[in-house]
Amino acid sequence: MSDGPESLHLQTLSELSAGLAAGDFSSRELVDLLLRRIDDNKSLNAFITITAEGALAAADTADQARAAGSGGPLCGLPIVHKDLFCTAGVRTTCASRMLDNFVAPYDATVVANLANAGAVYLGKTNMDEFAMGSSNETSYFGDVKNPWDASKSPGGSSGGSAAAVAARLIPAATGTDTGGSIRQPAALTGTTGLKPTYGRVSRYGMVAFASSLDQAGVITRSAEDAALMLGAMAGFDERDSTSVDHPVPDYVSLLDAPLKGLRIGIVKQHFDDGLDAQCAARVKEALVALEGRGASLVEVDLPNLDLSVPTYYVVAPAECSSNLSRFDGVRFGHRAEDPKDLLDLYCRSRAEGFGPEVKRRIMTGTYVLSAGYYDAYYLQAQKVRQLISQDFKQAFDKVDLIAGPTAPTPAFALGEKTDDPITMYLNDIYTIGANLAGLPGISIPCGFSDSLPVGLQLVGPHFAEDVVLRCAHQYQSITDWHRQCPENFR
Amino acid sequence: MSAWEVVIGLEIHTQLATRSKIFSGAATAYGATPNTQACLVDLGYPGVLPVLNEEVVRMACKFGLAVGANISRRSVFARKNYFYPDLPKGYQISQYELPIVEGGEMVITDATGKAKRIAITRAHLEEDAGKSVHEGFAENSGIDLNRAGTPLLEIVSEPDLRSAKEAVAYLRKIHAIVRYLEISDGNMQEGSFRCDANVSVRPVGQSELGTRAELKNLNSFRFVEKAINFEIERQVNLIEDGGEVVQETRLYDSDKDETRSMRSKEEANDYRYFPDPDLLPVVIDDAYINAVRASLPELPAAKQARFVQQYDLKSEDAEILTVSRAMADYFEACSESTNAGAQVIANWMLGELSAALNRDSIDISASQIAPAALAGLLTRIADATISGKIAKDVFEAMWAGQGTADEIIESKGLRQITDSSAIDAIVDEVIANNPSQASEYRAGKDKLLGFFVGQVMKASKGQANPAQVNDAVRRKLR
Repeated sequence: MSDGPESLHLQTLSELSAGLAAGDFSSRELVDLLLRRIDDNKSLNAFITITAEGALAAADTADQARAAGSGGPLCGLPIVHKDLFCTAGVRTTCASRMLDNFVAPYDATVVANLANAGAVYLGKTNMDEFAMGSSNETSYFGDVKNPWDASKSPGGSSGGSAAAVAARLIPAATGTDTGGSIRQPAALTGTTGLKPTYGRVSRYGMVAFASSLDQAGVITRSAEDAALMLGAMAGFDERDSTSVDHPVPDYVSLLDAPLKGLRIGIVKQHFDDGLDAQCAARVKEALVALEGRGASLVEVDLPNLDLSVPTYYVVAPAECSSNLSRFDGVRFGHRAEDPKDLLDLYCRSRAEGFGPEVKRRIMTGTYVLSAGYYDAYYLQAQKVRQLISQDFKQAFDKVDLIAGPTAPTPAFALGEKTDDPITMYLNDIYTIGANLAGLPGISIPCGFSDSLPVGLQLVGPHFAEDVVLRCAHQYQSITDWHRQCPENFR
Repeated sequence: MSAWEVVIGLEIHTQLATRSKIFSGAATAYGATPNTQACLVDLGYPGVLPVLNEEVVRMACKFGLAVGANISRRSVFARKNYFYPDLPKGYQISQYELPIVEGGEMVITDATGKAKRIAITRAHLEEDAGKSVHEGFAENSGIDLNRAGTPLLEIVSEPDLRSAKEAVAYLRKIHAIVRYLEISDGNMQEGSFRCDANVSVRPVGQSELGTRAELKNLNSFRFVEKAINFEIERQVNLIEDGGEVVQETRLYDSDKDETRSMRSKEEANDYRYFPDPDLLPVVIDDAYINAVRASLPELPAAKQARFVQQYDLKSEDAEILTVSRAMADYFEACSESTNAGAQVIANWMLGELSAALNRDSIDISASQIAPAALAGLLTRIADATISGKIAKDVFEAMWAGQGTADEIIESKGLRQITDSSAIDAIVDEVIANNPSQASEYRAGKDKLLGFFVGQVMKASKGQANPAQVNDAVRRKLR
């Protein structure tokens, strides 16, 4: 690298890993630099908690390990965690007043796996409250600004992670994706966001939103970095019964296999009226570029795709209404002052602790599970979910990947959709299907619409993260959209 | 009263005897300091997940096979949602639409002595809640989560029971079987075996069921019977006075011997059951079921039949001897060590031994007289070393830990006198000391034979062989 140490923040994880291995700089120097950048850019509001002291100590440990020749590729590399991964001794708020002062006594499996690989975490990122939102506006700790335009939303719910990576405050951030919460903010901030197969990464220690849809993933600045991170995060965990005992390949080593012969499915419903014209143009250009690398484009049909948003907004709230019942003011989290009786304790602790979007979903979920409505809503939604999974399965008989837009528009203005939940929910129209079917997906930058990034989404069959990452990596090897940096953060 | 038919169904909650909880690694031992046996999973901490303890599946299968039920090849855990301070997650993990055990039956003996089949609807796995403690916390309640996550098998019967007595008989059969299978310790005081009863009445001959009340808090066989009988009387009186039974949950108060309303149907929760997305369906194949079946012990009914056939015991005695495995094992161990005869062993076990065990509240498995020791005593009766009467004293000495039967017989000089010259000498002495009675006997007052035998036995401190004494007295007074 010809860049001096002052431009380390522009480098990807893989580049930084090489620099650490070569002894060009230490993990402590790198962490120190990034902590300063985080501090200088507080106006983005990307962080809820910064763990400078712990990070510097961990960086020193990593430097010693590298000096002793024992560190792996992630040793000493700086990352941040979305604030719904439990971290022992450091508060985990889920961006909610309910957990404002909650400190977990244990590390999530993702946190532990990355720590064991030597990664150093610098803090915990802002997000939509309990991951419920698509704009990062439902956070108790305030909106996150999009580094490309501070008046715009970075997307959500992993908005803080996406903004921090886009603004070059950190090369990689963990996220979670229940309906698009990694891919959509990645698209809106020009970053690379990977949601793995359901069961690929342990959910243990991830505060649950919708258990059958939640999956941990990562936001980075390249597919190569996502591959590096996934290798450390993934694997069977006996503490999560839904994690799958499936071998974890060396994703990085599989990135360079040629695309020749790869069949990419194009879904015609993806290019309907709802899609912004410039986004459509950028995505189509990207598809042409992939064709140029030897892939073939095949039209596929996902006939039930238009049902994915309503299905999701029955299943996810149903699960959330139950998952969030434990926040009752009795054992941890927010407790109302001077309750007059048990009912008052429950009602006021929850009324005060949860924000409006969380309440809306708890009420929706409670309704769809109620006696007399269960069959019409929850059961019906489960049946449609099966149909959507079937659609994908049939499509993957014909193609290796499905490609299309990640979000219908580029970043929208903060405040623009907050009064209209339905319009907000429709922002996840292209991403939700992969969650309902449990499929791996990635969003990578593929150009701009009026100076705002546009995302290309690639979705693969179960456990085909290697194919998804390879296609994304090869696209990034012939384009430099992922290297574009917002002007104020160079 | 006779115009009413009683209809009862039971829901029995059996705590499964696993070392750790159903979805976590925390211990299940009873009586620990509050909240010391609750890990993060039991506390419902944010981010934690349940992992099924496979031992509970095996135990549920054992029960299902033992009662002739169908073992579901695929069963599903569901969440039962409601708020309560001792329910940490705000939902209980249970099984709802797809339980692990469906069908099955238990045969009881009805009031007329005939066998009656009681159908089992289902048995499902679930986690227990914690406990709210209302004493010792001024104006507040304490929460003890040690019990939270303890595995339960809830066994639901059809409404086939027609009296409190039948309900208790059925409950006892289930109690015996879970202990036989060693899937529960069945301890009712500690709450490891408890039941709710659904009770209704209807005019004899009516086919549709009356409105039922669910009785809670029945934690002994006696309370089950009393609570049901109270409830039957309450419902009949209510209807006969022109009232109507309302569907409700009623709590049994054993101090007052009455049931009282806890909550009505209108106040009942909508539990919003749905499949728990954190747990995979429990899938069981034939090989697994066959392996469990092969591991089943001989069950009470089969053992009772075998005891009657093999040992020529009375059926009632065989039934009592097979109530618990420990009791049956004791009997068989004893019978292997003596030729005293099965009925003698049964008489002693159901007589002296049971009385001593009850008196000192000791389970037969912890009896201070081991089967071989009792066999040693009974052998000495059979070979006429001691009489049955002396044997009772020897038993008490053995119970008090004074040694084996032989040691006690020797040290106390209790050996029976069978030497006819020694017996003759005592008889001569007794006759000499009672000349007037001797004359009367000889004059035809035969009833005095007993007097002389008694005097001789007394003079020999009970050690003379009674049959020989009898003969000697008759001979000498001829």
